[in-house]
Amino acid sequence: MRVMAQMSMIMNLDKCIGCHTCSVTCKQVWTNRTGVEYVWFNNVETKPGVGYPRRYEDQDKWKGGWQRNKRGRLKLRSGGRIKRLATIFNNPDLPVIDDYYEPWTYDYDMLTKAPLSTESPVARPKSLLTGQNMDIKWSGNWDDDLGGSQETAADDPILATMSEHVKMEFENTFMFYLPRICEHCLNPACVAACPSGAMYKREEDGIVLVDEDGCRGWRMCVSACPYKKVYFNHKTGKAEKCTLCYPLIEQGKPTICSETCVGRLRYLGLMLYDADAVLAQASVENEHDLLDAQRACFLDPFDPEVIAAAKAEGMEDDWILAAQNSPIYKLISEYKVALPLHPEYRTMPMVWYIPPLSPVVDVISTTNNDGEDARTLFAAIDKLRIPVEYLAGLFSAGDVVPVESSLRKLAAMRSYMRDINLGRDRDESIPEAVGMTGPEIEAMYRLLAIAKYEDRYVIPKAHVETARELEELACSLDTDGGPGMGGPSVATAAGPYGKTPGMPLNATVDNYNEMVGKGSERTKPTTPGRVNLLNWTGGGVPEGMFPPKASGSPA
Amino acid sequence: MNPLDILLWVAFPYAAAGVFIVGHLLRYRFDQFGWTSRSSQTYENKWLRWGSPMFHYGILMVFGGHIVGLFIPKPWLEFFGVTEHIYHLGATWLGSVAAVLTIAGLAILLIRRRLVARVKLVTTVMDKVMYLFLAGTIAFGTTATVLYQVLGAGYDYRGSISPWIRSLYAFQPDPALMSDVPFFFQLHVLSATMLFLLWPFTRLVHVFSAPLGYFVRPYIVYRSRDGHRGAGSQKARRGWEKSELPKDTREKVGGRR
Repeated sequence: MRVMAQMSMIMNLDKCIGCHTCSVTCKQVWTNRTGVEYVWFNNVETKPGVGYPRRYEDQDKWKGGWQRNKRGRLKLRSGGRIKRLATIFNNPDLPVIDDYYEPWTYDYDMLTKAPLSTESPVARPKSLLTGQNMDIKWSGNWDDDLGGSQETAADDPILATMSEHVKMEFENTFMFYLPRICEHCLNPACVAACPSGAMYKREEDGIVLVDEDGCRGWRMCVSACPYKKVYFNHKTGKAEKCTLCYPLIEQGKPTICSETCVGRLRYLGLMLYDADAVLAQASVENEHDLLDAQRACFLDPFDPEVIAAAKAEGMEDDWILAAQNSPIYKLISEYKVALPLHPEYRTMPMVWYIPPLSPVVDVISTTNNDGEDARTLFAAIDKLRIPVEYLAGLFSAGDVVPVESSLRKLAAMRSYMRDINLGRDRDESIPEAVGMTGPEIEAMYRLLAIAKYEDRYVIPKAHVETARELEELACSLDTDGGPGMGGPSVATAAGPYGKTPGMPLNATVDNYNEMVGKGSERTKPTTPGRVNLLNWTGGGVPEGMFPPKASGSPA
Repeated sequence: MNPLDILLWVAFPYAAAGVFIVGHLLRYRFDQFGWTSRSSQTYENKWLRWGSPMFHYGILMVFGGHIVGLFIPKPWLEFFGVTEHIYHLGATWLGSVAAVLTIAGLAILLIRRRLVARVKLVTTVMDKVMYLFLAGTIAFGTTATVLYQVLGAGYDYRGSISPWIRSLYAFQPDPALMSDVPFFFQLHVLSATMLFLLWPFTRLVHVFSAPLGYFVRPYIVYRSRDGHRGAGSQKARRGWEKSELPKDTREKVGGRR
């Protein structure tokens, strides 16, 4: 057993109103730059719909994720090591920018600089790739709220696997939103496909990252990721992806998308898992068993054996405590209401979803029945094949049983809590019908419906211990080549913003200004004509360090 | 041996080699972020799908041919029974296939770079200079081969150019070997030398990133925040380690595992 911790997310789809605040704030923070205009680390898709990039779920075309071969071993769907290097000169499965959309801006200058005329000036769209006028034909969210879905929805790969009858009727039946970020998989196909070995899974918290210095731009990660959540920066020639806002996570704060979520539908917390079990569990034969296989990888953070093994691996007590308090563990392993997105890709994704009950409730309400009555709801879940089968196509490789079970629990919560809120007697037969108890239902209600901030986000800080913070007071002679050199490893002595004395710092939101200020800024004299030698990095001679040279005399 | 010979066949190659080596070392040390092939596949793939593999496989064959022709001395090959005639046949036929692939591929790539607006706009000045010398080198080399090896009686560069190159590597430069070499071969060599000089400053550095390690590494790569294994933990700095039982006593007490 090799205990590892995974920072994971769960989204409660019933609460998503499709406002795209997560996408916008994420974009402002991470991809508001040249070369990544088309990149959405976080996007919100309307389902049924084609998704972003278009039809990314069609793995017959894009060859993303893993496949189990005849000998029962996992292989990347896009081919093994030899094929990958043989096709390195032209990635055969790479989406081109038109599969996303051609990024554009508007000719805003025209609005203010146009000469006086009888017509209003118009800001025409200009391509950011060619600078030419362009017709906007597609973008990240073109079929939002089923807009234009008469034409496009038939292209939804999940819908395509369902019957004709469903395809014709879905529009009158249901619609929901699916926010997506990188899945930070336990068995990431992008990492496995990277020829340079520049992509990695962090040992501490399982966040999957790209080493931008090691990336050589082969683009294999882009095509290997079945969720198409690794993007190619076409200006720098490097891969970029969702970082799960690790600078925030390291400080115990939620990601930008979670923090700004209007519906408060995102949960963040740790899952402990057995890294040695992942490969075998991802290789089970029947796709319907993949959900249970992934659950089998997770470890019980209350089990003394697991705790001992975790401590032996060097995990600190506060991390184990965080794993015990994790909302993710409750929703996945205790209540079993959360489901993974497309487990059939065999990457073991770690952003899970609570399927939406609202499509079912909506249908009941339109028929003037009681949408909060347990029996009506249970019957509807059994009868309404269309949303259930579609949800199964997303969350359980087509197996309706786990989706039904999850929806029934949500339905039970809905009607059990109504009785309590209306002051009626508690009907204990409702929780029983879904294999839960009254107190369990109430606890789940607190987590899902009340959803306090501190319950939603249980994020332990990364261990940068006090000793290290003290080191930041560092000796100013401790630079590369300086007399105090030899303490920290010389190779890493340079911080991201140039040489810093003392230990290398990790860039975080909180210490950014301090780090940028290191060096030139901080040696600026507070008193004119004087230099604070404590802040001198040893590089260069700041003004005022020596008295002015006497003119005429030799230096 | 006039000064021009020394300049062209001794000073220039050594200067280019120096820039090549030092340039790569410096760029590798200070510009990891810029070290990429800067692929334009996301902009356009219909032309690239054909042009890129043709050019790359072609140029790899050309590279292999040059290694054999320039660095393996003639007597060594003859020892293995590769006579002048066999060598000539092999070099001409295999070389022609490689040349056709390379030239056709490069032509597709250059036309694409000129005609596809998206690709044209991301082409830098350095790219253009590089393409000039790359195309020049290939064109001169092909011209020389066609004129002398295919149409002509055959020129034995293994008696002049190859020993000259090896003389450079042995630090015993012999520029006299190059003075009577046919003009197009000379142009080919000079253009190639210039390309090597420019190499570290162009996207050609991606050649040195051929990811051969991919064959042997495990699929899933784990890395630590600070180079230390352990969830949420951080390797203690010297002097800041936790108090723990010394290692050999711990075994006896039966501490961990």
